[in-house]
Amino acid sequence: MQRSGTNERTERDGNGRPRLVRTAAPQYHEKIATHSLMWTATLALLPAAAWGVFAYGPRALLVLLLAAVSAVTAEALIARSRVTLADGSALLTGLLLGMMMPPAVPLFVVVAATLFAIGVVKWTFGGLGGNWLNPALAGRLFVHFSWPAATTSWSLPRTLGADRLPGLNLTVDTVTTATPLGIVQHAVEQGEALLGGPAVYLTSRGFPRSELDTSVTTWLNETVLSQFGAHIPGGYIDPFVGNVPGAIGEGSAILLLLGTVVLFARRVITWEIPAAFFTTFAVLTWAFGGLAYGADGFSGDVLFHLLSGGLILTLFYVATDPVTTPMTTSGMLLFGAGVGLLTFLLRTYGGAAEGVALAVLVMNGCTPLLNRTLRPRRLGERRFRLSRFLGGSSEKSALDPSAGI
Amino acid sequence: MISLLKRTRGGLTPDDRKSFARTEPLWNAAVPSRCVVPLLQHVGNPAQPVVNVGDRVREGMLVGRASGAMSANVHAPLPGVISQQVSLTLEDGRSCAAYVIELSGEFDRLGKQLDPIDWERKSARELLKTIRECGVVGMGGYGQPVDRKYSARRGSGVDHLIINGVENEPYVCADYRLMMEMTDGLLEGARVAERILRPERVTIAVQAQRTDVRSRLQRRVRERGLGYFVHSVPAKYPQGDEKLLTQAVTGREVPGGASPSDVGVIVSNVATVYAIYEAVVYEKPVVERVITVSGGAVRQPANVKARIGTSVQELIAECGGLQSRPEKIVLGGPMMGHTISDVTLPVTKRTTAILALTAEEIYNGPRTACIRCGRCVRSCPVGLEPTTLYKMLDHGDQAAAVAAGLLDCIECGCCGFTCPAHLPLVETLKRGKQALPRRKGTA
Repeated sequence: MQRSGTNERTERDGNGRPRLVRTAAPQYHEKIATHSLMWTATLALLPAAAWGVFAYGPRALLVLLLAAVSAVTAEALIARSRVTLADGSALLTGLLLGMMMPPAVPLFVVVAATLFAIGVVKWTFGGLGGNWLNPALAGRLFVHFSWPAATTSWSLPRTLGADRLPGLNLTVDTVTTATPLGIVQHAVEQGEALLGGPAVYLTSRGFPRSELDTSVTTWLNETVLSQFGAHIPGGYIDPFVGNVPGAIGEGSAILLLLGTVVLFARRVITWEIPAAFFTTFAVLTWAFGGLAYGADGFSGDVLFHLLSGGLILTLFYVATDPVTTPMTTSGMLLFGAGVGLLTFLLRTYGGAAEGVALAVLVMNGCTPLLNRTLRPRRLGERRFRLSRFLGGSSEKSALDPSAGI
Repeated sequence: MISLLKRTRGGLTPDDRKSFARTEPLWNAAVPSRCVVPLLQHVGNPAQPVVNVGDRVREGMLVGRASGAMSANVHAPLPGVISQQVSLTLEDGRSCAAYVIELSGEFDRLGKQLDPIDWERKSARELLKTIRECGVVGMGGYGQPVDRKYSARRGSGVDHLIINGVENEPYVCADYRLMMEMTDGLLEGARVAERILRPERVTIAVQAQRTDVRSRLQRRVRERGLGYFVHSVPAKYPQGDEKLLTQAVTGREVPGGASPSDVGVIVSNVATVYAIYEAVVYEKPVVERVITVSGGAVRQPANVKARIGTSVQELIAECGGLQSRPEKIVLGGPMMGHTISDVTLPVTKRTTAILALTAEEIYNGPRTACIRCGRCVRSCPVGLEPTTLYKMLDHGDQAAAVAAGLLDCIECGCCGFTCPAHLPLVETLKRGKQALPRRKGTA
């Protein structure tokens, strides 16, 4: 049978070149993809992770690698036919989880955390995009409650006790210490008055400070702050750089912030959640944070809280997880504010470092509710209507389209 | 200026990529020796063929008669002989018959000085009749017959005519050149439309960053003593959509399923208004239009005035041909246009642009599961949740999708453009709409 000319031409273009691609609109796409979001976030985390390896030695590297490898292996075993490794989400979960671990954590705890994160939290709900809770955070809390002692003994970084760290030895300094937040929290529970704020209290208790901290603080006080009549005590520079006992990747605020610049520049994250989270937390801490340790209102130490307990990591890398946060702008703002409020409450009146992790997980659980209640207003829909907020059926158009035609 | 401060929801600001073709003046594309004239260049039914193979046709002669209210007349763009009747599948997937006309004989209009008709003596009814006879349809891409749009609403409370010069699809700048170079014809067309619709206000809407067009229009409006207002809308896609433009200009919101005329507004594209001018003042049927030929694969991107029925390949050749291999050839803008695989397809009254896009210009990422990031929700200009609708339709739950606003979708493409999971959001929503029982008034 002779084919019509039109049909023949569809096989090749006019110059005999291969067939043109046919797709549905839109015909071009923003340069963005799931895997690029995940890989960019992973890359943004690497400087802070590298600092952890430098500060705590090869053992920290081992923990990070083990977390990454076991997360990727778990994903590969569970996902099987579906190729989901390339999207980078499992590696990102593994890396985040490793960075939230203490350097001296027993290795089986790391494996347990990643298996729980990938196997239970992520894949029982269907894998990427299906999970309700942030896998890394849920994994971290799972081992925190399962092996509390093993997951809360912290080591001093090399920069605060270098002579005690052998070069390539995979054991970490066994002189464990509490984190700054842990010490302050403990003092508050004992009913001690922290005169002068947490930083001064830590110094008075003989908490180690690096020479860098002392010299930079002095320099700041003498050259910059003196012009405004201000003065800061020592103890803010160390956590800013990462010279504090803590989790492998939570220490270095400056390197995490550096990665955050990349996240914003590549539009991996948006401003809503970090802004709402930070504002709520900062205002509450400033207004009421001081009351807990016997100071007046409006004297809370925002900077101290911001630089401790993994807050920066959570603020920009965990609370902004696309999967477990609301989809609308208003939902994201409310989510961020909720995390800020809960973090403040848990830190001031509850536990210590895991406060922020719990806060995010609780708000993750609220996300479906926020998505349902804070639907965007459709064009032509009335501005205030209860059913919109109750997630009920949609409103019939104010104008019946068939009436006029 | 106030409109710039108003918050516009959703939408995107994609790289507009208009600089390729924007600054060059229009020129008339070479008249093809052969053209293919589809009988379907509008939304409704194909026109009924009224000539036969072997017939000699004159330029502008009727070859297809409108069948039904949403159909429109089709005319011969060239003088010549009908050499064959073929069946054609158009870029949007619809099929129709088409005449192939081999050029011969003389042009009646092309290159000749035509005398304007004193249209102001005519009644609105007579004007509408002329517009219908000349086959004027919405030339912004939708292709609704203009007489239908205007007559259905005459005397039913339409108080605002908006002339849509907000051409915010990337690459496309045909309307911009038209507004710059054919300003007086455009304003005369606006007077005709005003005469028919008798609105209280006439507004010409342009993009805020096109200050040259705005000042040119404002000057000519002032010089001719017309009371038209030139309104700038933010440079955001898809502000040129008629519903969003209605909202931007008048503040009135058009609910899902309704059209701007339901809130007293008629929106007409500048190319349509220009076609009204030519139809009414010179009784010239729609046989040519301004088309943007652009994209990274085209050697000299430009805007050309082309005869309907000229093939895509000839118009690309007119613009210097291809300089690299295109991955896709698109008719219309990149956000809402259709790809074609056959470059011998003709351009129609609805073709705003021909884009030959290279693989580098199109980002084609791997599809993953939805990561619920909400980018589609935040980009939706009409307040839908594309991912939710997508999942409902994917699970076959049409009723839920309709309740969640499926019919409000304006198919602008923002959600699909920004989806990191590269889900076929727009495609699925469109199919979902098409699968619904046909509604009154869409035939």
